[in-house]
Amino acid sequence: MAPETQAKQQVEEIEPFEAAQEIEGGDVVLIDTREPHEFQEARLEGGKLVPPGLLGDEIAAAAPDKSARTILYCRSGNRSYKAAEQMQVLGYEDVASMAGGILAWQEQGLPVVAAEGMTPEQRDRYSRHTLLPEVGVEGQLKMLNAKVLLLGAGGLGAPTALYLAAAGIGTMGLVDDDVVDASNLQRQVIHNTERVGVPKTESARLTIEALNPDVKVIEHRLRLDASNILEIIEDYDVIVDGADNFPTRYLLNDASVRLRKPVVSASILSFDGQISTFVPYEGPCYRCLYPTPPPAELAPSCSANGVLGAMAGTMGLLQANEVLKLVLGIGEPLIGRLLLFDALSTRFTELKVRRDPECPICGENAPEVPESEMGQFPDYELFCAG
Amino acid sequence: MATVRIPPVLRAQTGGQAEVEAAGSTVGEVLRALTAEHPDTQSQLFGADGDLNRYVNVYLNDEDVRVLDGLETGVSDGDTVVILPAMAGGR
Repeated sequence: MAPETQAKQQVEEIEPFEAAQEIEGGDVVLIDTREPHEFQEARLEGGKLVPPGLLGDEIAAAAPDKSARTILYCRSGNRSYKAAEQMQVLGYEDVASMAGGILAWQEQGLPVVAAEGMTPEQRDRYSRHTLLPEVGVEGQLKMLNAKVLLLGAGGLGAPTALYLAAAGIGTMGLVDDDVVDASNLQRQVIHNTERVGVPKTESARLTIEALNPDVKVIEHRLRLDASNILEIIEDYDVIVDGADNFPTRYLLNDASVRLRKPVVSASILSFDGQISTFVPYEGPCYRCLYPTPPPAELAPSCSANGVLGAMAGTMGLLQANEVLKLVLGIGEPLIGRLLLFDALSTRFTELKVRRDPECPICGENAPEVPESEMGQFPDYELFCAG
Repeated sequence: MATVRIPPVLRAQTGGQAEVEAAGSTVGEVLRALTAEHPDTQSQLFGADGDLNRYVNVYLNDEDVRVLDGLETGVSDGDTVVILPAMAGGR
């Protein structure tokens, strides 16, 4: 066997335009020596994938003829050079490595076979996602096809919406009937000083569109109530509950259980936040956790009380994180777990939440809701005042 | 002694304390030690019938006492009792 240093000197390097000419001429075996997720994203037409770690096992199948002309490429030319050395040691007689890899190839305007459904701009924009094996191009496409509804474009909704938009959630619905107030700006980072007085859904849409043109924003400038909730939520895959009142939280819970929509639910007050993910019938629902709302004196809202902006942001981003995992189908969402965040002590506490067999909405004995009564809900305002 | 974690909405009734040490061999005894020390918490935690209010969740460490033995759930030294009312703030 030839010493390694000798082998290294022997690897032929060719420029992308030379490789292109040879490939066009035919009779070339083209080997891609990158990882599967890179190959998925963009490759040279006719390239066969042989990841560096699997070369010993897979090269014989990809390149059965050791005397055939074989061109190797990778991202920038390093891995293909090393693979060429290995192949020469294995007895391949006519191997070349493409200098500069697929990056140089693309810089010269030569064509690649790109992953379906993503434009070159999207491949660039989302590259830090697609580089994650757990996400990949497939995962990014799931995000681009996902429809997420946010209840509230406020303390929680603002940071959640920003990160979901940046992530490329393709359709985002925003429910809010309020306008931007100067006192919102301490935490509602999707709005800005110039937008005081502008409807929150519109202000949020403008920010999102400037951040990521891939996102389609649907403004629902209204308050959710029993008459409109089913119609609004049925088009979405995941719902994010950042509502500021109990009637809406219970209404959303009952409607989302009926339609089997997952809900990522957080709430904030002063320095404290809590978050959980409710997936109907897979885990508990909001009513399993909180069977009845507290009386008004125990249920202050942020509008009348202080709230630390960075704490609201932390909870909003935990919501975004949950949404992305649900959309991608990865990791362990907070199903059956309630996570408390105490910003003052910087302490997280996790509590177990069980399905309540007696739950009037998702319990074993919960009444079936006939189709004709799907859109009928009790009067939650009364329920919460009582 | 157990440590009782006080939610923000009840801290006005505990002189601003977020954690209170309380003695007792059951969750009920610990909570009654808390209400004896801070009487204003009584009506927030317990109904007239002496039962926990339905809108207050109580956890022993990370488990809801409703799935344990309720107020009769045994408490050991060093346990944490978490009082947790629902919160609705999102704005």
